[in-house]
Amino acid sequence: MGFVKRLMEGYEGGLRDEAMTPMQKIALRFVVIGLLFYGLAALEGMIMRLHEVKPLPMIDESHFFSIMTVHPMVGIFGSSYMIVFGAFLFLTPYLMKKPIYSVKLADLSWKLMAGGTFIMWLAGFLFHYAPLYTLYWPLPVDFKQFNLIGGITYIVGVVGIMVGTFLFTYNIFKTILYTPEGWERQPSWELLKSTLGLEGLLNFFRREKKEHLVPLPIAAIGRGTIDMGLNAIVISSAGLLILIYFLGELFGASLKDTWVDALLYKNIFWWGLDLIADGLVLIFVAGTWYLLAMLISGKDLFMQNIARAALFIEMVVSWTVWSHHLMSDQGQPNILKVVSGEMVTAFELITQGIAVFITLVTLWRARPLKMSNELKFLLGGILGFMLAVPAGIIQADLGMNRVLHNTQWIIGTHVHVAILVGLTMTLYSAIYILLPILTNNTVKLYSQKLANLHFWLHLIGGIGMGAFMGMAGMDGMLRRAIYLNGEYNTYMILAGICGAMLLAAFVIFLYNIVMSFGVRGLIAIYRPAAVQTNEAVLPPKEES
Amino acid sequence: MADSVDVLQTLKIVYTIYALIVISLIGWFAYNIVRDGKKEGAKPAIFYTYIAILVVIGTGLHFLTYNTVPWVPYDLDRHKIKPDKVFHITYRDHTITIEGEKPMLIHCGDKVVFEAKSEDLTYGFGIFRQNGSMVAQMQVVPGSRNDLLWIFNKNGIYNIKSTEYSGPKGAFMEVRDAIRVIGCREYDRYSIK
Repeated sequence: MGFVKRLMEGYEGGLRDEAMTPMQKIALRFVVIGLLFYGLAALEGMIMRLHEVKPLPMIDESHFFSIMTVHPMVGIFGSSYMIVFGAFLFLTPYLMKKPIYSVKLADLSWKLMAGGTFIMWLAGFLFHYAPLYTLYWPLPVDFKQFNLIGGITYIVGVVGIMVGTFLFTYNIFKTILYTPEGWERQPSWELLKSTLGLEGLLNFFRREKKEHLVPLPIAAIGRGTIDMGLNAIVISSAGLLILIYFLGELFGASLKDTWVDALLYKNIFWWGLDLIADGLVLIFVAGTWYLLAMLISGKDLFMQNIARAALFIEMVVSWTVWSHHLMSDQGQPNILKVVSGEMVTAFELITQGIAVFITLVTLWRARPLKMSNELKFLLGGILGFMLAVPAGIIQADLGMNRVLHNTQWIIGTHVHVAILVGLTMTLYSAIYILLPILTNNTVKLYSQKLANLHFWLHLIGGIGMGAFMGMAGMDGMLRRAIYLNGEYNTYMILAGICGAMLLAAFVIFLYNIVMSFGVRGLIAIYRPAAVQTNEAVLPPKEES
Repeated sequence: MADSVDVLQTLKIVYTIYALIVISLIGWFAYNIVRDGKKEGAKPAIFYTYIAILVVIGTGLHFLTYNTVPWVPYDLDRHKIKPDKVFHITYRDHTITIEGEKPMLIHCGDKVVFEAKSEDLTYGFGIFRQNGSMVAQMQVVPGSRNDLLWIFNKNGIYNIKSTEYSGPKGAFMEVRDAIRVIGCREYDRYSIK
């Protein structure tokens, strides 16, 4: 078969979508857009890295920092959120064995998320709006530096993302709790208690243990989704506050002297923002590891009750941990720095350590296992968090924070290793394991050699980049600064080579996926499904 | 007395060893998971010992640094300590202004407080050596108390930089040779001009 024909039709006929349900298609729509945004974020990262090595002539400071502003937003909301939303909107009805509450809301969610991310990206690209994702007050409303239209565009994009997030949250909980038409009435309250982990907690004090009504991965999805909803409320509130200032400026009633306490704002904003970094990411990842371990091993999870309890603790930890971002703020009370910043943060080492242990033992009990793509990416993901979580714990210490805060250490060794190696490799594992389920087993992988190459380039590139950024940080390189004289060039060139490996890994993966699905197959994902059902998958046909 | 160079050098060594151990552990696991062998899960005693180790490491780090990193105890107690000298630094329109003597002259072992005040945006106050490595930093938040108590034990000349992003105009906020420490027996070899 010629290259063009294979490109169009895919490997062994590519995706055949006739029997795909709307939820299978919507999940794939989320994933495909999420992967494209990942590519955009990787490209932005490379541009910034090159600029750190040798300033690029076409990029000035305002352009550089506008890229830095949208880079994490595209990476987190455009890519990670999208892939997670797609997977969980499919898995929730699939694992609960009931139809999704609303296909329309699910479809609207991906459109809002994708559109919102694109609009927000435009605010940086066209108008150089660059308050960074931290939005430290009063920078987002500093009209001496930023264009008003750019700011409004940015907020409109964020609104799209947040509305998409609220719809996802509503749809997930409604699906878990509602009674589908024609079904016996579902015990909503009992289901909610099981999802939140209250039942699991009460079981510790009961002689006769109650059975869990929802599977463990659903408990993880539910608990992470609570953090997601709370985070969306905080970000939306900040967006509303900023919008009020914009509108005041636009209509000639400047609010520039209106008093907003910058430290209080920072506390509230970090409380909400940390629900992503230290909340839903860790909870979702742990839940995904458990699901993957069970699917790969074909066995029940080891120490399932402990795993449920750890997920509940992680949720409480995520609500009380924000102060580790304010350890260099001298106005922040010491008690918050020590209790929330140091001690509660240390619990993340324990909860994540439990997830690592339970996942590895579950797999170990089923050996020998085949080193499949899902298994190798899962192990890569676990390694990523084993490297990244302690790096964050080290930074969340009063002694270390004084010499590491805002350096490349935290963004490299902690954040990039956690997201690129830990989270992204976990997501790749989930993609590989869900691929046959989402495509009714019609798509065969085009090349295993390319999949292996993708794995090694991504793993080495991700760890290497984090390591070299971390070393630069320990030598004093700041994370939100430009260096014009090549002060940290050795580290930045090495990190750049690793970044190029990551980018190459992504291109190889994308090529492998396009060749597997075929261009026609990928287009078919965005056509309406021929089958009209709210079920995640169609029941298998009965043998005649 | 230990300074940031010593602390970060220790971190570099400890974290590199840790990284090599966990990479080897996952490598060992990946090698053996595809081979047949014992299949039983971990005994509860192993699991709870592992949790105990995590608790000790997670919380022990803070007790360790409290007792070994010199600036932790006096940072926590700085409101009770009477400084030998106070320096006032003002931030406005992406400019750092040192009020009073320049460079800020500090005698070895003196307790000095840097009191920074922002009149518009959120900035950062960072002390850097001539080779770019960091001595210490804090955030400079408008309307908030931003005071850093520090004791220098080595002679040297240090720069001040804003360590927090305050918009594109603040990309290069720096005061070179802003601090001069004298009177110590030892010289900071990265801060000699």
